[in-house]
Amino acid sequence: MDDKLFLGGREISSRLFLGTGKFPAKTVIPAAIARSGSQVITMALRRVDFDSPAENILTYIPKECILLPNTSGARNSDEAVRIARIARAAGCGSWVKIEVISDNKYLLPDNAETIKAAALLAKEGFVVLPYMSPDLMDARRLQEAGAAAVMPLGAPIGSNRGLKTKELIRILIDEISIPVIVDAGIGKPSEAAEAMEMGAGAVLVNTAIATARDPVLMAEAFALAVKAGRQAYLAGLGATKDYAEASSPLTGFLQER
Amino acid sequence: MLIIVNGREEQIAQGSALAEYIRSKDLASGEFIYILNEMLIERERLENTILKERDRLEVLKFVGGG
Repeated sequence: MDDKLFLGGREISSRLFLGTGKFPAKTVIPAAIARSGSQVITMALRRVDFDSPAENILTYIPKECILLPNTSGARNSDEAVRIARIARAAGCGSWVKIEVISDNKYLLPDNAETIKAAALLAKEGFVVLPYMSPDLMDARRLQEAGAAAVMPLGAPIGSNRGLKTKELIRILIDEISIPVIVDAGIGKPSEAAEAMEMGAGAVLVNTAIATARDPVLMAEAFALAVKAGRQAYLAGLGATKDYAEASSPLTGFLQER
Repeated sequence: MLIIVNGREEQIAQGSALAEYIRSKDLASGEFIYILNEMLIERERLENTILKERDRLEVLKFVGGG
């Protein structure tokens, strides 16, 4: 079956993108990446704490993966652009997940600042993947700005609450021609499958895998769910109905005389 | 002289090379990203980059994130 995801001019082998935060130990990450089959892997850029300079996360990400540094910590478009430029200059490639957040309680993205950063970074040749609140007009603006995809949230970051914004994401999938990648909030493989059944191009999962009792096993569970959901989308779901419609014939019952 | 490292003021000896500063912090230089006054300093230039009064240095690294 010819069903490929293309982003930034590249064919992407897995529709499950994996984040690397919150794992119980960094040594678990390579195994989780392997079992997830993920090719696109996110990470963040931070100042070094001289008192406890932890190891570089890149050590744990296989060379063949596409690195997707996020701009977390950015509170406006200028800060996001700066982080993206540093990440690229540091040899991370030209992909960037734009994340502009000034709300510390719900970590909801600032769409207006995200659009500004997306336009600038796309002009500079970045493959721009913006994390956003699922608003149709803003998704259109991001598309016009040159984003490679839009990444609406299902629920607040790290909440594991599932596809709470489902109806809005459904509209984006219907109206936006670039891939819609559901990012944030997905807590269970069934929710990842549901996003894919709706026609999402991919899902980005971090907390649900990293904080599972067995992250490596959960990584594979998500991989299977994403594949199943995508296949169901391609197969075309049957119609839903308000009343029963028998699956077995309504004639030739054995008690008929 | 005074420089600003990751947003904090710090006193260092006049004429120190960036590489010396890194060694004084016990950091393995290859692991991190060095931004001096908004310019990325490549590893091969660490020895030849001399820090100046009120330089702003950012020492960064990639960490796990979603």
